[in-house]
Amino acid sequence: MDTKTRYHSVRLDKELCKGCTNCLMHCPTEAIRVRKGRAHILDERCIDCGECIRICNYHAKIAATDSLDILHQFRYCVALPAPSLYGQFRNISDVGYVLAALRKLGFDDVFEVARGADVVSRAIAEKLKDPSLPRPLISSACPAVVRLIQVSFPDLLPNVVDIRQPMEVAAEIARSEFCRARGCAPEDVGILFITPCPAKMTAIRSPLGQKRSAVDGAISMMEIYSHLRPILSHLDREEPLPSTSTGYGIGWATSSGETKSIFQENALCVDGIQNCFRVLEEIENNKLSDLTFFEGNACIGGCVGGPLTFENNYVAKNTIRKLVSNTLKKHPDTPRESVPASMMNKYHLRMDTPIDANSAMKLDDDITVAMQKLRRVNEITAELPGYDCGSCGSPTCRAFAEDIVLGYANEMECIHRLKDKLQTMAEQMVELAQTKR
Amino acid sequence: MSSTLLHEDYPVEAEDYTRAGEASADIKRKLKQLGVSAGVLRRVSVASYEVELNLVIHSRGGVLSLEVTPERVLLVSADRGPGIPDLELAMREGWSTANETARSLGFGAGMGLPNMKRNADEFDIESQLGTGTTIRMGFLLS
Repeated sequence: MDTKTRYHSVRLDKELCKGCTNCLMHCPTEAIRVRKGRAHILDERCIDCGECIRICNYHAKIAATDSLDILHQFRYCVALPAPSLYGQFRNISDVGYVLAALRKLGFDDVFEVARGADVVSRAIAEKLKDPSLPRPLISSACPAVVRLIQVSFPDLLPNVVDIRQPMEVAAEIARSEFCRARGCAPEDVGILFITPCPAKMTAIRSPLGQKRSAVDGAISMMEIYSHLRPILSHLDREEPLPSTSTGYGIGWATSSGETKSIFQENALCVDGIQNCFRVLEEIENNKLSDLTFFEGNACIGGCVGGPLTFENNYVAKNTIRKLVSNTLKKHPDTPRESVPASMMNKYHLRMDTPIDANSAMKLDDDITVAMQKLRRVNEITAELPGYDCGSCGSPTCRAFAEDIVLGYANEMECIHRLKDKLQTMAEQMVELAQTKR
Repeated sequence: MSSTLLHEDYPVEAEDYTRAGEASADIKRKLKQLGVSAGVLRRVSVASYEVELNLVIHSRGGVLSLEVTPERVLLVSADRGPGIPDLELAMREGWSTANETARSLGFGAGMGLPNMKRNADEFDIESQLGTGTTIRMGFLLS
């Protein structure tokens, strides 16, 4: 674990942290330690999935996003709503109302990420025709899942499909179309994503598979919700804007939406980061080699379950289901029918930078030293009680042993070991007293 | 040959489906901690899972061991029987003697041994009817 700082949206509010073990026990990559009564996030291991934000009863885990004030930083601003935003409003029958409300809030234009998802769907469907690619191909849409693969399943990185996320594709199209329509320079436009999760914020600041993100900032869905809710409570006063996305693109807001958009029957859709972990383990064992596509979403229900959403994820999922069905009734077009072939070459759809393995789990750069350390880890683990209670501040006894070997903890921080030691000392004192008498 | 720096034995019981896969999961975890490259890791993952499942499905139980030196990863599976009557046949793709329980769980496609051989750099199998089978698989680290 080196201490090189990486950008992370997920952070700790030291004032609010009680030093309990909730986040510690739920982190999928064992990236949290409690030391001196406060949680600490190990930068190298954190995948920004936001599980700790969800689980913390004291709201001490937070996601850094941009505030609405960011609108003042640009001459023009284009909102890029994630399709999960539509799921936050139970009363709407047409996504166009949300687009209109965003305009009303001060954005000069709105470009739907669902439209980016349409383009990406067509690109992935074409990728799947290439038999030389490894199977299953793994979706690259959820940045938390891609980072989980980097940390815990580096050998599966070649399976990750090298198509950019819908957010990135949408940002590029949005900027290009806006500049053409208004005759302004690309740098005059701020492309701002409305995000359901910290993982997307991190993906903007430290992109996956590309050198630079096309997105200029991310506003939390929770923050913008409070501004949109009053506008969308009076639909009779609003005129919906035309939506350009298909029902399939909107469906990306929920788990299995991507799979439906690429018309892949032989796919597995998994939601929840721990569930993704289990299934990736099976893919690693080649147990699912007959599978064509794997769609993993870190949040339960898909993006509608993001830590920065307001509405209950099951309600939001239902809202999306209805919106998809309404949209498809009006325009039954599939992404393939709706996205013109000319668009496929016009924008950067492929990643241009390899996604590298993250070696945060490695004990040492030198394999011989790593082996010595691993042996020591095994010896220490055998001596520990195996309760995995977290009292020492490490998530499991084994992780504690690793921390000792790496120099981040010492054995007496285990209260059970300490208790045993104190008992032995007490007995020795009694013995000593008796011999002196 | 250089000295073994890491040695781990994993007892694997026959038909113990609840624990099946735990040994290979631990092996993977250890190799990731050692910083073994992704390519080798992938091949060891596949082979160790196959060989562990073979012990569960086909053997009377045995031991899977992991040995690591700076040059190679060695997996050895040694079981207590029943032994393979025709090794040549067993190595053929699609040949399987898995029972109904195993098949109902999605195993028994007859790819186990061929898969192991394909993924390992060195592969050796010995079997004695009534005594048991020993499989050795080597994976070069450089």
